[in-house]
Amino acid sequence: MSTIEKTPAKGKTEKKPAVTNISGSVAVLEAFLAEGVSTIFGYPGGAIMPIYDALYDYQEKLHHILVRHEQGATHAAQGYARSSGEVGVVFATSGPGATNLVTGLADAMIDSTPMVCVTGQVFAHLLGTDAFQETDVINITTPVTKWNYQVTDATEIPAVLAKAFYIARSGRPGPVLIDITKNAQIQKFDYEGYTKCDHVRSYRPAPIVRKEYIAAAAKLINEAEKPFVIFGQGVILGKAEQEFLKFIEKAGIPTAWTVMGLSAIPSDHPLNVGMLGMHGNYGPNVLTNECDVLIAIGMRFDDRVTGRLDKYAKQAKVIHLDIDPAEVDKNVKTTVPVWGDCKETLPMLTALIEQKVYPQWLQKFKDMMKEEEDACITPELNPTTDEMTMGEVIKTLNELTGGDAIIVTDVGQHQMVACRYAKFIKSKSNITAGGLGTMGFGLPAAIGAKVGAPNRTTVAIIGDGGFQMTLQELGTIMQTEIDVKILILNNRFLGMVRQWQELFNDKRYSFVDIASPDFVTLASAYKIPGQSISKRENLKKALSEMLNTKGAYLLEVMVGKENNVFPMVPQGCSVAEIRLK
Amino acid sequence: MKQEFTVTVYTENQIGLLNRIAIMFSRRKINIESLNTSPSEIEGIHRFTIVINEVEEVVKKLARQIEKQVEVLKAYYNTNDEIVWQELALYKVPTDEIAEKVKVERLLREYGARAVVIRKDYTVFETTGQREEINKLIAVLEPYGLIEFVRSARVAIIKASSGFHSKLKEFEKKEPGEEVIENEYLGKGDQVFTM
Repeated sequence: MSTIEKTPAKGKTEKKPAVTNISGSVAVLEAFLAEGVSTIFGYPGGAIMPIYDALYDYQEKLHHILVRHEQGATHAAQGYARSSGEVGVVFATSGPGATNLVTGLADAMIDSTPMVCVTGQVFAHLLGTDAFQETDVINITTPVTKWNYQVTDATEIPAVLAKAFYIARSGRPGPVLIDITKNAQIQKFDYEGYTKCDHVRSYRPAPIVRKEYIAAAAKLINEAEKPFVIFGQGVILGKAEQEFLKFIEKAGIPTAWTVMGLSAIPSDHPLNVGMLGMHGNYGPNVLTNECDVLIAIGMRFDDRVTGRLDKYAKQAKVIHLDIDPAEVDKNVKTTVPVWGDCKETLPMLTALIEQKVYPQWLQKFKDMMKEEEDACITPELNPTTDEMTMGEVIKTLNELTGGDAIIVTDVGQHQMVACRYAKFIKSKSNITAGGLGTMGFGLPAAIGAKVGAPNRTTVAIIGDGGFQMTLQELGTIMQTEIDVKILILNNRFLGMVRQWQELFNDKRYSFVDIASPDFVTLASAYKIPGQSISKRENLKKALSEMLNTKGAYLLEVMVGKENNVFPMVPQGCSVAEIRLK
Repeated sequence: MKQEFTVTVYTENQIGLLNRIAIMFSRRKINIESLNTSPSEIEGIHRFTIVINEVEEVVKKLARQIEKQVEVLKAYYNTNDEIVWQELALYKVPTDEIAEKVKVERLLREYGARAVVIRKDYTVFETTGQREEINKLIAVLEPYGLIEFVRSARVAIIKASSGFHSKLKEFEKKEPGEEVIENEYLGKGDQVFTM
């Protein structure tokens, strides 16, 4: 028995008169239109040709961006989803096309990014015969999708896609993959219109909000002397930025963000005490082990945030607000769980808490920030060395954008430096591969981010290593004329691994010395202007030129070869053992 | 301390769901000791009964992760004390041995075994019981030339359950009523995931 509900939900979309004889392919595109999709990132191939053929007639309504590799399509869709708050959509063919999606799916899964991928599949009668470009994509992608489904009959398509979009965007969002056999794409059927899905029997997008937990949480907060709020992407995914600000402003509690929570509130908010985690700020890490009530909102206590778990916030009572019940107690034992969508639970909590301020406690964060400034931040942002630092590049970029840019980062040292020093004034401005740490994410994600927020300046900050993983997407930028500013911070090393090898492996630099092509020449082959600089006096001018050039631009900045990112919580250490050098 | 847990999962009847559930265990390098999946009393709903050896903390988190899957309705976990459970076993033995030796007949009666097939050359007996009872009968029959043996997966009834029907009705409603307490937790941690 199939679980695809055939009965339409009451009072939603008006039922259109029956249209006979549309193909499965057309039904896919109609579903996209009904779901408000405007852009598809994709790559055609044999098994998805019927859908691409149908797409030929939908070009006006559905903008298709031809990527250069299917992995690029997934990251672009992720970037799109993260900058727009909508579902990113991907097309790929069977076999290698589908397997190339796996990295992006895994990344979207761990970072809760809403995405719907449609893959072509061989004819249903060929399934299991090792047909040309056949691969068992459903089983390959099961662990990296929130839901996946194989369609072998066109009549299923409208309901399956409705379910796909509903699951991808509701509750804790995530990637969904729909594999459609070629016969189903070709098959004509009686189309009865599209009905959006708003309920799946076995699926509970959000747990029931329980008032007694909220009351218990409020009581803990009201009695706290040193409360501390830590938050993640849940605030952004829940579109609860305003509710969150109201909560912390009434509570007066110092607040720190995770990498994924960055930009949910303005960087310079007086209660924002910085970033958590391995390369986060000194105060938030150390004082996690000093607070008496730890209020975690829309975050999942990743090991890069907690460091050694058995020494993490043991003294504190923990309140955990999360939409995903499986997150509660997963890593950190909770005193009071507040299950639910934080857009709903935060206002309820705000109503029950007292208006307070904690000047002495907040001062403690400021004092520690001063210490960090002297030890790490000042040398990074105002270096006295000849070589440039990544931090001063970000600082100069902040000055020029005023924080009003989408910062897309790849993975490594530049990512941590950008997350530490980039200034944000708007939500959804930080797009990075947080959970999976996918090198190669930056360039394609920036393409999607720009498409998802076309009026915003989008800067892709990428290292020399990560850029070489997906640089073929320069072709996508060239062809689609997408205005992405590419800022390569080149230290001629795989810097983060090198830093670990320096600190923990006695400087045994094992295969981290990476050679690069002439990036500027490479970009020019793709008709993308650019320049490379290595002197501080050229930095501001070069960044201005990058930002002011119409269209895409590549700026390579040569930075110090062996600079390290500090502070750092070494792996296996407690957050309180964070090192300033 | 690791102990035997029985995980009971109610799911939609969907292709691929067995894999989705199985990888929840293999990802955490947990061996499945026994797995039964078959239709439940409700049409269209399948019931998985999975036996593992684990510490409770891990099983609790695992049950939540399983329940999080889109097509899973509910996951419970129970210790052996909290369930009534049985396995079924088939034993194939040479008929002449059985026919000749009165002792065997008596033994089979003792173990509540019953003949399913009697042929000239062999006889198949069936018995239900718990692991040790079934094992005992293997040991007993072995001297008489046990030809083949097979054991089913465990099936288990949760002692404290009040049925899944009412729960399912709530799942079918869009907005679950207050009486469906899914996240009973505060101060009642021990009741989580029991019916």
